[in-house]
Amino acid sequence: MPQPPPLPGPAPWRPVFGSWLTAYKRTWRGSIFGRFLSPVLFLLSIGLGLGSLVNKSAGGVDGVPYLQFVVPGIVAAQSMWVAMGESAYPVMGAIRWNKKYHAMLATPVGIDDILLGHLGYVAMQITGATAIFIGVAALFGSFGSWWVLLCLPITVLTGMAFAVPVFAFSATQEGPDSFNILFRFIMTPLFLFSGIFFPVSQLPAVIRPIAWVTPLWHGVDADRSLALGSPDVAGVLGHTAYLVAAIVVGALLARRSFTKRLVV
Amino acid sequence: MFYATGLTKNFGDFTAVDSIDFEVERGESFGFLGPNGAGKSSTMKMVGCVSPASGGELRVFGQDPATHGPQIRARLGVVPQKDTLDEELTVEENLWIYGRYFGLSRSEVRSRTTELLDFAQLTDRAKSKVEPLSGGMKRRLTIARSLISRPEILLLDEPTTGLDPQARHVLWDRLFRLKRSGVTLVLTTHYMDEAEQLCDRLVVMDHGKIVAEGSPRSLITAYSTREVLELRFDTDDHAHHGDAIAGIGERIEVLPDRLLVYTEDGDAAAAAVHQRGVQPLSSLVRRSTLEDVFLHLTGRTLVD
Amino acid sequence: MTAATHAPSSPTKGLASRLARAMPMPAGAGMARILVERNIMGFRHGWIALVTGFAEPVFYLFSLGIGLGGLIRVVTTDSGQSVPYASFVAPALLAASAMNGAVFDSTYNVFFKLKFAKLYDSVLATPMGPRDVAVGEISWSLIRGSLYAAAFLVVAWLSGAVPSWWALLALPAATFIGFAFSAVGMFATTFMRSWVDFDYVTLAIQPMFLFSATFFPLATYPGAVQWIVQLTPLYHGVALERGLMLGEVGSGLLIHVVYLAALGLLGLFGAARRIEKLLLS
Repeated sequence: MPQPPPLPGPAPWRPVFGSWLTAYKRTWRGSIFGRFLSPVLFLLSIGLGLGSLVNKSAGGVDGVPYLQFVVPGIVAAQSMWVAMGESAYPVMGAIRWNKKYHAMLATPVGIDDILLGHLGYVAMQITGATAIFIGVAALFGSFGSWWVLLCLPITVLTGMAFAVPVFAFSATQEGPDSFNILFRFIMTPLFLFSGIFFPVSQLPAVIRPIAWVTPLWHGVDADRSLALGSPDVAGVLGHTAYLVAAIVVGALLARRSFTKRLVV
Repeated sequence: MFYATGLTKNFGDFTAVDSIDFEVERGESFGFLGPNGAGKSSTMKMVGCVSPASGGELRVFGQDPATHGPQIRARLGVVPQKDTLDEELTVEENLWIYGRYFGLSRSEVRSRTTELLDFAQLTDRAKSKVEPLSGGMKRRLTIARSLISRPEILLLDEPTTGLDPQARHVLWDRLFRLKRSGVTLVLTTHYMDEAEQLCDRLVVMDHGKIVAEGSPRSLITAYSTREVLELRFDTDDHAHHGDAIAGIGERIEVLPDRLLVYTEDGDAAAAAVHQRGVQPLSSLVRRSTLEDVFLHLTGRTLVD
Repeated sequence: MTAATHAPSSPTKGLASRLARAMPMPAGAGMARILVERNIMGFRHGWIALVTGFAEPVFYLFSLGIGLGGLIRVVTTDSGQSVPYASFVAPALLAASAMNGAVFDSTYNVFFKLKFAKLYDSVLATPMGPRDVAVGEISWSLIRGSLYAAAFLVVAWLSGAVPSWWALLALPAATFIGFAFSAVGMFATTFMRSWVDFDYVTLAIQPMFLFSATFFPLATYPGAVQWIVQLTPLYHGVALERGLMLGEVGSGLLIHVVYLAALGLLGLFGAARRIEKLLLS
């Protein structure tokens, strides 16, 4: 007598999360450099080296020593890099190359579970990377206040505000070609012009509004005001609301493009 | 055309090709038959001068691959097991650049490309990228590509593996035309029907060694009987039925799913089985094939 | 098309090819340029990648030059001259992007074509030999890198970050830097077993990008660290480009040239000895 199939558990996204985690357990060593050493090198080079030029020449940024100005921005930027790295190739690959999602869909797992499980895994990656970086940067005296602890949730939201829409985008891609554009024409400019290295006010007036609509600037601004210990509550809440909105819109798009791609 | 004596290939401790001898004449169609992992592809790579031999002697066009690789390769066409088409380029450009690799002039390459697109029935897909082509189309393109330099020997590593029956027949037809035009074909396969269709002469390989050599017909005559009676039963206990019909035919082979009775007269054997009161679910009389030869030589079926 | 296929006979490639010929390698037919032809053909379909490769250093130039330049204004170089920050950082970005492009092409790209696209499997079945593949890929990388460098120089010049006419020599210098890193990158690739090994490439490249007197002068470091920085190849690339683009030209620049030439030759010899291991099994 064939056994009846096991009924889907209360949370079928969990095995999806578990499968990504299992894969990570085999390769985590390789990611240590990107997750840990790389931001520290940025901190030393930009925060301290370049910072010494800025401090000498302009007395920091608006009176804030450059290290304390730039590090909260790098915290936010790192979450963007991690988010993009986890949501571009892995998602496209799971659809086009190794058909991981298809294999999951052949079980009682559904589209929402796939999204939830995989995004949960990405959120975990961002959380880990951010926590490590904040801890290390604190040793260098990069933060002025315990409020910096609130940077962790804000930064995870910032990362997810990239991850979720990129999930939606990656699912529509046939190959890696357009990721070139995504990384070099979108991420790099965002990294360079979102107020991380210098205040957005340094940019020509016409370009400034572009910075304001990108999630990265919101993350950077919120993180910075928290880390400096003088949070503008309304500002932080506004940024948070913006990030949450980006995630919600992204989730709707992701659900649509996943369904379109995987359920035919 | 080429010969090998004591040809050996080691990968570390593993011996992929274990001291084999063979010789191929001009215009001949020669096959290496054997299961996956028998050493066919390693042998082909050595002949194709892209993998140095670990031991023994190999001469292609009378030259040594170790010292005259480029000169030999200039006269070879290679169809590798996996299509190594250039996915960044179009169908036409694939043929084009491949001709350039052989040092052909642009104008020569252009006229050959037109010809070969026609040969491969891909003229209307000339400007298409490679990726969306079907498996059969890609295979035809790979074969067309290997012909761009008008090779004297064409090396085909499992030319039709993974293709649907229709695509296989189209390919066989193209290969048959090449053979008629005087190209020496050397192919590996694990398909019996392919070997019987295409090869004048073949060697059977297993575990890196050659276990038999001859024409398809002569191999069947030497290692099998004229006909085979296949019996299927509704139980798993084939061995028990094997005992019951012992002595019928020249030889009985017990497989997991059926019994094979090797005999000169299949119908007579079927009648004898019936006479002993054995009731098979189905019985079938067929001609002996290379599969039977392989089974006899190695004690197992070919496609695992 | 025609112009592009003539390009590989640039002096650097001639050198590479002549050196390679003098080495104990399986005879090839000297047809490396056909591989360049193939890459140009491929790039006509993937021109987007060409554009994005050019854009990155330009973005950096504007971010650092305009944005940070507004805060820093003037930097004192290691030779004592005071220059606007944009002029200070532009040569470093040129050198760094020459390095990045060359290393990316000779490691990731070659490894991808080798292990995944299986491109060289089909190339090596023809009279082309491993040497042609190596020389062809390095040549292509240098051609592409030179195009990027030229475009970057024009943009930097238009934005007023290039004060000296010596900067015309910055273009061949960028190609030269690319050659040195390409050769070493190719050598490194002959040791790669899987993608995991590329973490070591990042481990070498990123610290150099951040610490080779790229964003701030050598004098910023404490004395001992200055010595370490001066041992790295990118430092010499940056110093060479900075000398040329700021017009601080003297015999001191020769040290950088000699260092990079030695590095390139070392890489070339190493790659030549091992390329067969990489491509033939």
